[in-house]
Amino acid sequence: MMDITFGQYYQTESRLHRLDPRVKLAGTLIFIFSLFITQNISCYIIATIFLICVVLLSNVPPLMILKGMKPIIMIMLITVLFNLFLTPGIPMVSFWRFTITEEGAKNAAFTAVRLMYLVTGSTILTLTTSPNNLTDGMEKGLGFLKLFKLPVHEIAMMMSIALRFIPILMEETDKIIKAQTARGADFESGGMIRRAKALVPILVPLFVSAFRRANDLALAMEARCYHGGEGRTKMKPLIYKAWDIRAYVVLLCYISLIIIFAIYNPI
Amino acid sequence: MSIILDHVNYIYSKGTANEIKALDDVCFEIKDADFLGLIGHTGSGKSTLVQHLNGLLRADSGHIYFDGEDIYDKDFEMKKLRGKVGLVFQYPEHQLFEESVFKDVCFGPKNMGLSNMETEVAAYEALKSVGFPEELYYVSPFDLSGGQKRRVAIAGVLAMKPRILVLDEPTAGLDPEGREEILGMVRDLHDMQQITIVLVSHSMEDVANNAKHILVMDKGRVFMEGTRSEVFSRVKELEEIGLAAPRVTYIMHMLKDKGFDVDITATTIPEARDSILKAVKL
Repeated sequence: MMDITFGQYYQTESRLHRLDPRVKLAGTLIFIFSLFITQNISCYIIATIFLICVVLLSNVPPLMILKGMKPIIMIMLITVLFNLFLTPGIPMVSFWRFTITEEGAKNAAFTAVRLMYLVTGSTILTLTTSPNNLTDGMEKGLGFLKLFKLPVHEIAMMMSIALRFIPILMEETDKIIKAQTARGADFESGGMIRRAKALVPILVPLFVSAFRRANDLALAMEARCYHGGEGRTKMKPLIYKAWDIRAYVVLLCYISLIIIFAIYNPI
Repeated sequence: MSIILDHVNYIYSKGTANEIKALDDVCFEIKDADFLGLIGHTGSGKSTLVQHLNGLLRADSGHIYFDGEDIYDKDFEMKKLRGKVGLVFQYPEHQLFEESVFKDVCFGPKNMGLSNMETEVAAYEALKSVGFPEELYYVSPFDLSGGQKRRVAIAGVLAMKPRILVLDEPTAGLDPEGREEILGMVRDLHDMQQITIVLVSHSMEDVANNAKHILVMDKGRVFMEGTRSEVFSRVKELEEIGLAAPRVTYIMHMLKDKGFDVDITATTIPEARDSILKAVKL
């Protein structure tokens, strides 16, 4: 249960950890964008090198990042299979009713790599940025949306609370499962309906406790005179440092390189 | 119904950087009809230990024998063990889920495979023995007060008719009156129904006033084991691991230092009173 890497923070000391969250957010967006503008092999080589450098800089064990791949294996398999068999084009191999086309094979390979890089990129973002930092970065980076009457601060606050509650609720779930197991509850045997029914003794207490916690938190926030984002200052405001500017330059170089290669296609 | 722990080890997050040895070579025996107090600092492994007693956690190495049977044997029925060793978790009221008190208490015995009739009888008896008022049997458990909820939760475990009842901090978060009510109820269960009790607590007073034997845990190890007066007479050692003896014991020590001939192993107020009266009369 505690095995979900995706969306988790890995506490360690690295340049990537110290980077301003806005840079990391922008970097992730740029990286994702770079994956989708082209189907050019040379661009993917650049993206791979970039990704490896980032992983090395992050000081996070690569195995941890690979583990983040687990939940998407199914989705990846399905999309790859669909691409492989359902893309029309020049047939390459065919057996019984299935035909694999050249375009299909190419599409499948690209989709697989894209999905993998997509998840890796965003996993690195969350692994190196604490939830608080991440929402701070979002709040500040998307601050301009306030002009369009979007409650940016409130959304950021909601996000950080939600992220903060994930481990708490997981722990709570674990406790409740144990308590009900101690009362002889059985979650493993029986058919679909029986198993679904067996979840009631877990879900009801879990919801009750989530509401109770939400209530307590709301009260605690009000007791500290929280009233939304207006006029609120930060204890540690986000300020760009030299290293952040340099990171932006690197990002700019990266995306220009990708665009140039995408247009001129040397390979 | 005895439980024997034989060199039990348990490690949290095994194989990762934040490996924690929660139980380190734990050996002891819980005898039939005993009232065992389990004390130790936060993080000393008390809660981990009690979860081994009914097989919720599986030891990394070592054996646990319930009535002479190894509970890690392939053909050992865990479900039966969970019925025999009732475990009441910390804040047990957080596990209530049914629409009425009575239905919630029925959950355990029903899982044990009892018939409807037997289940209802068991639930009724359990609610009776925790002293829960009859007019509230069909009220939603979420409408009850904290102390009442806790009683219902304990009844939910008792309804399985366990021979050993393990309570993990049953008085946490209750006011003094609520504490005494719960502890009195536990004492009654022990005295009237001869249920073996394992009481995990932070409060030296609670343990001193109730337990026959005491087991002290520190850093996952059994630090001390013995009768109440044996354990609490080693005040210095207890203080070294951040625990203390009951206040009464300190008073007795002070009186002794002042030259009164009192029994320094007294741990409860009645014992202390008798000893002081005896010393003063002389």
